[in-house]
Amino acid sequence: MSQSSDQQQHPISLYLKIWGLLFVLSTLSYLVDYYQLEGILRWTLILVFMFLKAGLIIGIFMHVSWEKYSVKLLLFIPPIAVLIFIALMAIEADYTYLNRLTFSK
Amino acid sequence: MANDDKHSKQTSSWQSAVADWSADKETFNMPWGKLMMWIFLLSDTFIFSIFLTSYMKVRMTTTVEWPSSSEVFALTIAGNHIPLVLIAIMTFILITSSGTMAMAVNFAYKGDKSKTFYLMIITAVLGASFVGMQAFEWTKLIVDEGIRPWGNPMGAAQFGSIFFMITGFHGLHVSCGVIYLAIVANKVRKGDYDKKGFHIVEITGLYWHFVDLVWVFIFAFFYLW
Repeated sequence: MSQSSDQQQHPISLYLKIWGLLFVLSTLSYLVDYYQLEGILRWTLILVFMFLKAGLIIGIFMHVSWEKYSVKLLLFIPPIAVLIFIALMAIEADYTYLNRLTFSK
Repeated sequence: MANDDKHSKQTSSWQSAVADWSADKETFNMPWGKLMMWIFLLSDTFIFSIFLTSYMKVRMTTTVEWPSSSEVFALTIAGNHIPLVLIAIMTFILITSSGTMAMAVNFAYKGDKSKTFYLMIITAVLGASFVGMQAFEWTKLIVDEGIRPWGNPMGAAQFGSIFFMITGFHGLHVSCGVIYLAIVANKVRKGDYDKKGFHIVEITGLYWHFVDLVWVFIFAFFYLW
């Protein structure tokens, strides 16, 4: 086993920068609620800040950016299946909701 | 030219994956403990995804109005009504603990055992304070607001069951993480890993960052959405 390829050595300043960036992104997503933004703008901003934060944590803090392609495939293919499942459940939920509106009193 | 570069890089990524899977060697070039942690975290991703998906489903299907999380989780501090303030503080604490954990991993690979120990203990203390705030939040919601797993005064009955299930399961992960961090930190201090190497600190870090990662999704979907 090669020791050099799997030891994650990066300058501390990189972690401090990511830490600061995560702070800023959290503050921004908190401000979305504080200013009571509504509609498409609200959902878009919430999702953008969420994915940026998730990306920074996975990529830098969990070192996935420096992992081999096989590892990235292992980690990202199953969640894609989960996303398809979520989409299916969202369609199903719409159907249930319409049925409840139609048939329940 | 830029396109060519990109293309050649992609090809080599795929080629490296094919080589890893087809050649006569271990597919994943990492310590087995780290790979096992990744597989565990992947399975945990499934569980949290199922919880969040069921939350999406009950919220989309209910014909009763969903309680406004911004109002439910508001606190009145010194006469000022501030929405989501406790959640914001909890978010910042968890992010900070992720930062200290990342630095602990760095110092572990540099062989600085005392800095690793102290950074891991700081991480654990921040995690414990997160759980403490969650206990405060739950107490307030149960005692003052009357939220129960089977109903609440603000709207859809499903709100309570989903809230306690998701934040409870996340809180359990944080609590386990605090114990895990404390044990590993103590073993680092005692020198148990001097011969084996300090991969264990990175593995513990993966678990801790994952807990922070899950909170990012809970924060967005449950508290902000």
